[in-house]
Amino acid sequence: MKLREIVERLELIVVSDGGDPEARVVGGHCGDLLSHVLASARPGELWITVQRHVNVAAVAQVAGLAGVVLADGVRPDDALVSKASADGVAVYASPAPAFELAGRLHRLLAAEGR
Amino acid sequence: MSEPTDVGCGVRRIVHRVAAGDIERGGAASSEVTAELRALGVPAAAARRAGIVAFEGEMNLIVYSTDGGTITVEVTPDAIDLTFEDDGPGIEDVELAMTPGYSTAPEWATDLGFGAGMGLINMRKNSDRFEIDSRPGEGTIVRCRIFRGRS
Repeated sequence: MKLREIVERLELIVVSDGGDPEARVVGGHCGDLLSHVLASARPGELWITVQRHVNVAAVAQVAGLAGVVLADGVRPDDALVSKASADGVAVYASPAPAFELAGRLHRLLAAEGR
Repeated sequence: MSEPTDVGCGVRRIVHRVAAGDIERGGAASSEVTAELRALGVPAAAARRAGIVAFEGEMNLIVYSTDGGTITVEVTPDAIDLTFEDDGPGIEDVELAMTPGYSTAPEWATDLGFGAGMGLINMRKNSDRFEIDSRPGEGTIVRCRIFRGRS
């Protein structure tokens, strides 16, 4: 499923409109330990986290992730918004908890056989 | 960041200075390294590995070094060499520091999602060659080589 469609279906709020909305999201990753995300997330996955600081953008960029979803109503630091915008990293926010977002994303991706 | 310089034999060198404790600038050097490598035509898989190595090394300098340090990136026709150097405090027990889950990160860093005890391990995992030389009171040098053609 394309990133653009997932943003619509999960009703995500756009924080930074970077990335490629037509890119195919290959999976999801939940986590707040940055090194664990770097070790485990695969390129093209959507990362769900409650970390809000500037380094989130760098992790998403170097790991080649499709984008970042800030869960549970977390609001991004200004520095994160600036860096994500400058580096073309897609960042979204949602009031839903990570567990719920992951469940809904999993259902969407499972429906297309991922 | 220094401008990339051609140091001969087709080798491009870029030096980044990283300040200790400067978490707000964290990720800047590794983002730049990733962008530079893509601009130089390094294959995506190798650029990704180098980006992860750069990020982990950059965070180690920010969180643990006394006075910051440098990241030197050399891009050769075959490989990417990343060297991380600082002047202290040095690592008392390198083998222990390389144990998964072991961390001496302060609370401010763990609150931000650092200190998982995976940084050096991620650097080794994403490198084709990995060396660490550390002396307490003197400093630490970590050298990582990534071959461009390997994924």
